[in-house]
Amino acid sequence: MTTPTATTSGGRGAIGRRALGSRAAFLGPGLVYVTLFMAVPLALVLSYAFLKRGRFGGVELQFTLENFAKALQPTYLSVLGNSLLIATATTVLALLIGYPVAYAIAMMPSRWRTTALILIVLPFWTNFLVRTYAWMVLLNSEGPINKALMSMGIVDAPLPLLYTRGAVIAGLLYAYLPLMILPLYASMDRMDRSLLEAATNLGASRFRAFWDITFPLTLPGAMIGAIFVFVPSLGNFVVPELLGGGKTVMVGNLIRNQFLKARDWPFGAVLALVMVAFLVLLFALQAYVSRRVNGRTSHA
Amino acid sequence: MRNLGWLRLPLLLTYAFLYIPIAVLVILSFNASKFPFKWTGFSLHWYDALFHDAAIRQGFINTLIVAVGATILATVLGTLLAIGIARYTRSALLEAYALAPAIVPDLALAIGLLVFFSFIHFTLGLHTVLLAHVVFGMAFVAAVVTARIGQVDPSLEEASRDLGASAVSTFFRITVPNLAPAIIAGALLVFTLSLDEFVIAYFTDGPSTPTLPIVIYSMVRFGVTPVVNALAALLLLVSFTAVIAMQRFARLSDAL
Repeated sequence: MTTPTATTSGGRGAIGRRALGSRAAFLGPGLVYVTLFMAVPLALVLSYAFLKRGRFGGVELQFTLENFAKALQPTYLSVLGNSLLIATATTVLALLIGYPVAYAIAMMPSRWRTTALILIVLPFWTNFLVRTYAWMVLLNSEGPINKALMSMGIVDAPLPLLYTRGAVIAGLLYAYLPLMILPLYASMDRMDRSLLEAATNLGASRFRAFWDITFPLTLPGAMIGAIFVFVPSLGNFVVPELLGGGKTVMVGNLIRNQFLKARDWPFGAVLALVMVAFLVLLFALQAYVSRRVNGRTSHA
Repeated sequence: MRNLGWLRLPLLLTYAFLYIPIAVLVILSFNASKFPFKWTGFSLHWYDALFHDAAIRQGFINTLIVAVGATILATVLGTLLAIGIARYTRSALLEAYALAPAIVPDLALAIGLLVFFSFIHFTLGLHTVLLAHVVFGMAFVAAVVTARIGQVDPSLEEASRDLGASAVSTFFRITVPNLAPAIIAGALLVFTLSLDEFVIAYFTDGPSTPTLPIVIYSMVRFGVTPVVNALAALLLLVSFTAVIAMQRFARLSDAL
């Protein structure tokens, strides 16, 4: 990794010596820091994926692909499939709930909008563990939900709500729903409302106007929201552990275990690479969707 | 409000979904019973127990040390970076590289730093958590300050230099005062993020100096305990106050 300050300083002759000095002074420390504490660590993880496991954690300097082969074993493939399923379910639910909510806020009179948005993000600013813990309380067999159901006579015995896949999805949804609503709201707020008026003036039904105008124009916002929800859901290991109770293992738990318990760092590195690969794929999809939508509106 | 029609229903249900779990925690924190779910009357007993819990107190002190240190370092580095990005480069790639730590999944950064610190034989402790929190903190400060810098006229700085002020004095007398609201907002953001950060701290902390989130994690892993209810209620109060204060502050700086 070359320091970008060094590569750019050779280029433009027009910039005086003074400017070059300031450029290095401003950009240098931060870029060195990012390189040292992000780029180098991530490069190390990448290289560990191709090395043999050391006896006490760490690695031996010997090239191998066996870590990748290990990831293809059925046990680990099923964990990966399970994680993708849970993260996808969370994202779809967040989209289904977040869309009408963002739409409702965008349609509010402007003096209400800020308050409505603050009320959405407020829980997000509280400690993540506390928010997850709240669901441990809520879903407990002696907890408020079961008590209410039993006192209303709907069930005779407490339902096993905690330590299920549904509990994990509920916890993730609770943690990341605001991250879906904010970008959706932003895309609705930015939308040119005169397009809707034009459509209805030209005789389109309200549904038709929504489907042909609002929906495609808010698709990039929905994609960003989907990324914001999917990414932290996929790598999460706290919610599956606390609300899934060890029965629901996700790829995040597996990675954590390789690094802190099993001490198989190369295998952990491979799993982390797989996780990041899915995220890159998602980002590419988002870029594709937003380019298509922008292309359509500029043609119109 | 009335013109929202049926859209009011999903909105109200979502607010209920967001706030009922919090409300339940707060109510149970005042429960006198030592059984977590059996209401036997109002009591401040668990708050008293909380203030006498040595592990929680030490965790809180550790967290404050990390958050204060990381905020100072991240604010200095992030502000310099933002000015550098806005004034001295046009490279979008460079900007993306500098802001990347804000987007990289926390688990990836966490294992990267664990591997890195062990590679260079660095003992884990509060100092490694602090260094780790600066990485993403710096990117958040840079992002907030870069957004503001576009609204500040660069000719003010040029005029200062043309009139004979040194680069250093121009920086402290023109650039920094103009950016002050954004720098403070960025610092507050890093401080709040660092206080709550769990995943990276969990991987880069040593065993003898747990931060508060790590203490909470080790408590809730073994189930529901009333002391955690009280702690949760207090943390909720702190973060709600902080958010409302930040909102007030932002509005004030807009008005100025």
